[in-house]
Amino acid sequence: MSDDTPLTILVADDSDTDRHILETIVARDGHRVLSARDGREAVSVFEEEQPDLVLLDALMPNLDGFGAARRIKALAGESLVPIIFLTSLTDTESLVQCLDAGGDDFLSKPYNRVILQAKIKSFNRMRAMHSTILDQRDQISRHHEHLLQEQTVAKQVFDNIAHSGCLDSNNVKYFLSSLAMFNGDILVAGMRPSGSMMVLLGDFTGHGLPAAVGAIPLASTFYGMVNKGFAVSDILREINHKLKTILPVGIFCCATMVDINFRRQQIRVWNGGLPPGYIRRASGGEPEPITSTHLPLGVLSNQRFKDDMQLYDLAWGDSLYLWSDGIHEARNADGDMFGEDRLKAVFVEDADNSTLFDRILGRVQAFVGEGRRDDDLSLVELRMDRPENVNAVAAEAERRSRSTLSEWTMSFDVLPGSFRHFDPMPLLLTILVEVPGLRQHSGDLYTLLAELYSNALEHGILQLDSDLKSSAEGFTQYYELRQQRLSAISEGLIRIHLQHSTTDEGGILRLRVEDSGPGFAGGARAPALSNDSHAYCGRGLALVEKLCDAVHYLGDGNEVEAVFSWSSDA
Amino acid sequence: MAITSTLSSDGSLLTIYIQGRFDFSSHQDFRASYEGLEKKPERYRVDMQETSYLDSSALGMLLLLRDHAGGDKATIEIRNCSPDVKKILTISNFEQLFDIR
Repeated sequence: MSDDTPLTILVADDSDTDRHILETIVARDGHRVLSARDGREAVSVFEEEQPDLVLLDALMPNLDGFGAARRIKALAGESLVPIIFLTSLTDTESLVQCLDAGGDDFLSKPYNRVILQAKIKSFNRMRAMHSTILDQRDQISRHHEHLLQEQTVAKQVFDNIAHSGCLDSNNVKYFLSSLAMFNGDILVAGMRPSGSMMVLLGDFTGHGLPAAVGAIPLASTFYGMVNKGFAVSDILREINHKLKTILPVGIFCCATMVDINFRRQQIRVWNGGLPPGYIRRASGGEPEPITSTHLPLGVLSNQRFKDDMQLYDLAWGDSLYLWSDGIHEARNADGDMFGEDRLKAVFVEDADNSTLFDRILGRVQAFVGEGRRDDDLSLVELRMDRPENVNAVAAEAERRSRSTLSEWTMSFDVLPGSFRHFDPMPLLLTILVEVPGLRQHSGDLYTLLAELYSNALEHGILQLDSDLKSSAEGFTQYYELRQQRLSAISEGLIRIHLQHSTTDEGGILRLRVEDSGPGFAGGARAPALSNDSHAYCGRGLALVEKLCDAVHYLGDGNEVEAVFSWSSDA
Repeated sequence: MAITSTLSSDGSLLTIYIQGRFDFSSHQDFRASYEGLEKKPERYRVDMQETSYLDSSALGMLLLLRDHAGGDKATIEIRNCSPDVKKILTISNFEQLFDIR
C-alpha cells in the first residue's frame, strides 16, 4: 500500500462552507469523500461505511467532535482509523483535549491545503504500517497456536511411549516439568522379567524438536528390550548405537541408567555425562555421589563404547537421587545458579528421608522465584524396598505368569528326510528366547543345542568315528564320509526334548537329545572328553559340560541331557 | 558363510576372513585358504569380525591351521571376535594357543 492509495475519508463539520472547502481539497487528490454535519451523523456514517480516515470538527451540535472521536475509536477497534481534528481553538488545553479524546492530530483553521495533504499521506503510511503489524501479529499467533497443538499431539505420542513402563511404582518419585520433553529430558522405567527395575534419566543436548526427536527411539528401544529381559549392557549398547546412527554430530544424550535388584539389595549404575546422582542412606550421613565415568550415549561407536557399571549395596529404605543439570543451573532473579552446594545442603540439613524429594523441589523452585520458574527441571527418587512392598515387582510377576512361557515342555523330532539340509537350531532358538530371561543366554543355548544335535547326528545316526579326525587328512575324510552317509540315510530319528520351569532366581532348562542309534552301550564309543588340548576333536561335549550345570547320559547312551539353570540377575 | 583370504604384499602375513557361521560346512574353504600357497607365510591372522557363530568342529579346524603353520612355533592371531565367539574360544582355553584379541 503506497501513500498515494485513494482512501475513503469522512469529513464532519457543521459549517457548510468549511465542509465544502475540505471536501473539495480531499476529492481533488482522488479520495472518496463522505460527509457529516454533526457528531452523531459522523458516528452513524462511520458505522455504515468504515472510512479509512476521519476529519472531525471539534465543536459541533448533537455530540461534539470529542464525543464522536471516542465513539469512532471504540467502533474501529484495533484497526487504525486516524482522526484529525479541525479546530479554530488554539489554546493548549483544547488542543490537548483533542488528543485525549482519541484524536491523532489536529489542523487549525483556516486550512492550509498543502499541510492537510501531507498529513493525509503521512497517516496513510502509518495505517499501512499498522495493518502490516496486525497481519504479522495474527500470523505469529496462528503459528504459535499451531506449534502448541503440534507439541500437544507430539507429547501425547511421546507419553504413550515413554510412560508405558513403571514410573508409577510406589518406590519411585519423579518430577518432570510440563514441557520437559521439548527441553530434551526423558525419564523411562521398566521392569525386567527377573523383577529388577531399570530406570534411565536422559538429557539430550540442545532444545526443542531436535532434542525431543531422539527421545522416542530411546524410549521404544528401552522398553522393547527391558521387557524381553535383555542384559543392561546390551540395552545401553543398542540405545547408544541407535542414537549414534540417527542423531547429527553434536546432539547426544547425557544419561544415567540404573538397574535396581530388590532381592539382592543392589543397584548397578551407568552414568554418562549427567551430574552426579546421590545415594542417601536411611541410616543418615553425607550423601554419596555417583559421578559420571562414561561419555554420553550417541557419541562413541559401539566398538569403543564402554558399558561397565558401578555396583552399590543398599539397605532397605536407602534412596538414589538423579537429576539433569536443570537443577544445578536453575537461576534466581540475580542470575545466580542453584548449584551443587545448595543441593548438598538440602540433603544435610534434615535427616528425614520421606520429605527429601519435596524439599529439594521446593527449595529449587523457591530459589528460582515465582516469575521465572525454569522449564527443564527433572528430579527422580528411587527407593530400595523389600520386593514384596514394591507394586511394580508384583505387577511384573503377575504379567509374567499370565503372558510368558514359564513351565512347559516340547518334543521335536527330526526325521530322515530332514537330516541332510534342515538345521533345527534357528527354529528351536526362536522358541527358547521367548522365555524372557533366556534371551540373554541365546549364545550359550545355541552352542548347547548345536553340539548335542551334531553329536546325535554324526555319531548316533551316521556312526562316524571321531578317531578319524586325528590327522588333517582324516579330518577331511571324516566330513566326506559324513556327506556320503548323509545322502544315503533313509531311517532314524533325532528327538529334541525341551523342558523349562521357573525358579525364584530365574529358571531351569533341560535339553535332551535322543537319537535312534545304538548308543555307546550298544557298541558305539563312549563320548570321549578330550583332555588333550591339541586334539582336533572331542571338544563338543567338553563345551557342553562347561556351559551348563550338569550333563547326563541316559538310555543306552543314545540320550544326552544337559541341564541349564539361569539366573536373570546376570 | 564365506571364507576369503588375503596375503600381504611381501607374503609374510595371511589374513583369513570368516563370514557367518564357522562350522564343519566351511571346512573345505577354510583349508583351501591356507594350503597350497607357494611360500608359507610367517604369520596368520583369522579375522572374525563377521563371524556369527563357531562350533566345536571349527575349534578343530583352527587347530589344524595351527599345526599346518608349525604347531607351537606358529604365530596365529585371532581378531575381532564377538563376545559369544570369544566365550567359546576361552572355554576351550584357546588363548593359550592363539593370540586372541
